[in-house]
Amino acid sequence: MEYLFYILSGFTILSAILMISARNPVHSVLYLIVTFFLISGQYLMMNAQFLFIVNLIVYAGAIMVLFLFVLMLLNLNRETEPQKSMKAKLAGVISAGLLLITLLGALIQGQTYRGSLHITDVGLVKNLGMALFTKFVVPFEVSSILFLSAMVGAILVGMRKKEDKEVVSE
Amino acid sequence: MSNALPPLEHYIWLSSILFCIGVAGVLIRRNGIVLLMCVELMLNAVNLLFTAFSTHFQDASGQIFVFFVMVVAAAEVAVGLAILVMIYRNTKSVDISLLDNLKH
Amino acid sequence: MEIYIAIALLSPVIGFALSGLLGRSLPKNIIGILASTSVLISFICSLLLFNYLYQNGAPIKFTFFNWMAVGNISIDFSFLADRLSVWMMMIITGVGFLIHIYSIGYMHNDEGFYKFFAYLNLFIFAMLTLVLGANYVIMFFGWEGVGLCSYLLIGFWYSNKQYGYAARKAFIMNRIGDLGLLLGIFMLFNVFGTTDYQTVFASAASANATTIEIICLLLFVGAIGKSAQIPLFTWLPDAMAGPTPVSALIHAATMVTAGIYLVARSSVFFVNSEMASNLVLMVGLATAVIAGTIGLKQNDIKKVLAYSTVSQLGYMFVALGVGAYSTALFHVTTHAFFKALLFLGSGSVIHAMGGEQDIRKMGGLSKKLTITHFTFLLGTLAIAGVPPLAGFFSKDEILAKAFYGNGIIVFVLLALTSVVTAVYMFRLYFLTFHGEFRGTEEQKHHLHESPSSMTVPLIILAVLSCSGGILGLSSLFSHHHFINDFFVKTLLNKPIEEPSHFFEWLVLGVSVVLLAIIILVTRKFYTSNSNIPVAAEDETGIGKVLSKKYYFDEIYQAFVQKPIEWISEFTYSIIDRKIIDGIVNTTGNGISFCGNYLRKIQSGNIEYYLLAMVIGVVSFLVIYQLV
Repeated sequence: MEYLFYILSGFTILSAILMISARNPVHSVLYLIVTFFLISGQYLMMNAQFLFIVNLIVYAGAIMVLFLFVLMLLNLNRETEPQKSMKAKLAGVISAGLLLITLLGALIQGQTYRGSLHITDVGLVKNLGMALFTKFVVPFEVSSILFLSAMVGAILVGMRKKEDKEVVSE
Repeated sequence: MSNALPPLEHYIWLSSILFCIGVAGVLIRRNGIVLLMCVELMLNAVNLLFTAFSTHFQDASGQIFVFFVMVVAAAEVAVGLAILVMIYRNTKSVDISLLDNLKH
Repeated sequence: MEIYIAIALLSPVIGFALSGLLGRSLPKNIIGILASTSVLISFICSLLLFNYLYQNGAPIKFTFFNWMAVGNISIDFSFLADRLSVWMMMIITGVGFLIHIYSIGYMHNDEGFYKFFAYLNLFIFAMLTLVLGANYVIMFFGWEGVGLCSYLLIGFWYSNKQYGYAARKAFIMNRIGDLGLLLGIFMLFNVFGTTDYQTVFASAASANATTIEIICLLLFVGAIGKSAQIPLFTWLPDAMAGPTPVSALIHAATMVTAGIYLVARSSVFFVNSEMASNLVLMVGLATAVIAGTIGLKQNDIKKVLAYSTVSQLGYMFVALGVGAYSTALFHVTTHAFFKALLFLGSGSVIHAMGGEQDIRKMGGLSKKLTITHFTFLLGTLAIAGVPPLAGFFSKDEILAKAFYGNGIIVFVLLALTSVVTAVYMFRLYFLTFHGEFRGTEEQKHHLHESPSSMTVPLIILAVLSCSGGILGLSSLFSHHHFINDFFVKTLLNKPIEEPSHFFEWLVLGVSVVLLAIIILVTRKFYTSNSNIPVAAEDETGIGKVLSKKYYFDEIYQAFVQKPIEWISEFTYSIIDRKIIDGIVNTTGNGISFCGNYLRKIQSGNIEYYLLAMVIGVVSFLVIYQLV
């Protein structure tokens, strides 16, 4: 089973890199969708069934569609894509690299993490449901309010007022 | 097929690499929409790590937290994109380097 | 008995307060009478105290309250009425009272009439504190007080800047002397732990001789400043800028004698200090000679009298230097009488001349100003040392003590100075009162005798000048020397041989002859118009040096004032402006520059912010790891 993990992770990393380096933003979206699928595959491997399905539905299905939607709405394509200077890109990559080294240095220390994982039943819907509605019921309810505020916020922010009509219609 | 998965350490590696790719993406790209997407990638990397830990310690809390991360991510994307659209309406572009009104 | 001390001190204070606060609303005469009465009350108290002490009463110590108690040192606000202080008290309040009466007439037309009397009363209070203090600190309190009053009164007509400068000069020169006095007081505290007279003098014998020498020197420095000795004497002639009663009271009779009082009070110390006493002698002698010679070429009435005062003070210090403390006090007394008389007389002349002080413009005043003329003549005879007036006895005694106590050189120099004194005094007299009138027509019409408020004090002082000699008749005439006997326990006079009768007769005869010659010669010389002195600028040779006061002021200007001004200018323009301000401004500019530079971080550039965020997280983690 383990080689499956390595294959999946290899592809995940590849598609992530392709995502950040693609010129056309639509390509970036597509690559990200691929990445999400692969990560969901990781979840399935760990027997986190609920998260696997939710990841696919919510992330790849809803959020990425939303991104694509906005992209198409704004009609962006390869020519209008703004690019940074090579110097800035280099600086960014190096900073990220530094961060990687630091994180790894911080995290990979103890013996605790050497052990292998075993497939468990924790990810089953029933078990998660039990935990969610008993231990975490308050955050669960609060998250509904969060969604409400996000919805209202998104609509308010994006609401067109009279004077914006002339701007967009050009 | 054995019941064993790769050691937790490898999951940490994978998650860190994906996270840092996301960071690199944030620093490299100028398109606002792609920026938000890279943030999503970072969040997903973290989700992966949470799940791995949850499986290792057999604690459901990890996966519950992933659930809430997704909740927040969804809400954030909704509002963020709405803002981006507004910016586009005002500046005819989603280039974030044009948003320099905070300059002194 | 203590109550008299308190009344004597408080009476002038009350006078000062009433004159100062109510002066504007009360009529002038009331203020004058009020102020004079307060001094009269003090004088009566002093007479009562004198009577008590004369009947062999013990010195009275009156402690007001404990002023400071710090560590081992305790200073009481206490007053001591012993023979020395009561004697000085009588002079101060007696002559002061007469001068107050005089001022009622003299200052009659002045705007600041009430202020004048307030200051005069304050002065009397400060001077009384000085002489009545039971320890050096209270004396210093009074010392500073009289310095202050001197400043206030010299610069009384403050709208004239020159007068203000004169007042400032007096105060600053006094201050220089005060430094020495303060150091002396500090040393006293160091050695004895207290400055109380009775305690200190009792334990003086047990102290280290060198320490006592140093204390004496320091105290004498203070006396130099206050009593206008060389080198701190140039303020006194300039102090003539003040109204004439001020000159009479402060700069002739009382304040300048504070230095004499100080040394006399510390006689217990000076008696055993050879070096300090010799210094006192030398300084006094030099001052007497130099000031006397300067007086020969002065053309302002008051300036002549001022230099004469300095010279006579020098005489007193000579007496102190040889150890004849009571003789010095005798001369203080007689000098107070005739000098006050001379100053008040000159004030009367100035009043009659409508403010003119230059003797070259006077002359022939004897006919119009009869009382003034006669009293002034008596004063001149007294100061010249014509027997049997008071001046003769006191001067004669100083000369005798100098001869027997020190040597012939001092005696000869003092004798020559006496000749010079007589010359310039008679020069002054003849130029002012005899010969042709050299003033303007308008002044001629204005000439009139002064009101009785001014002439009565003149008469009283003239009587005292004539009869004052009784106080100290030499062994030629009487077996009792009142002053010496009176002070025998209080002042420790050095045992000096009594002059022989031959010596006395010789001095008497020679001085009579000399004086007669001087009077005739100066009369001849100065009453004819061809010998009118010329202006200071037109003098030549020695005359020029004398009239320019040996260039003392110029020397001080060049060697003391200019360097201090230079230092002050330097400190201001370079240290203060450039260095200190420079540091402050540079710090401000530096921070402003850094701020300018750091401001660029706030670029508004989102990418920059993101990069900074990531770098920040990395650094934080790294540092956390390292630490």
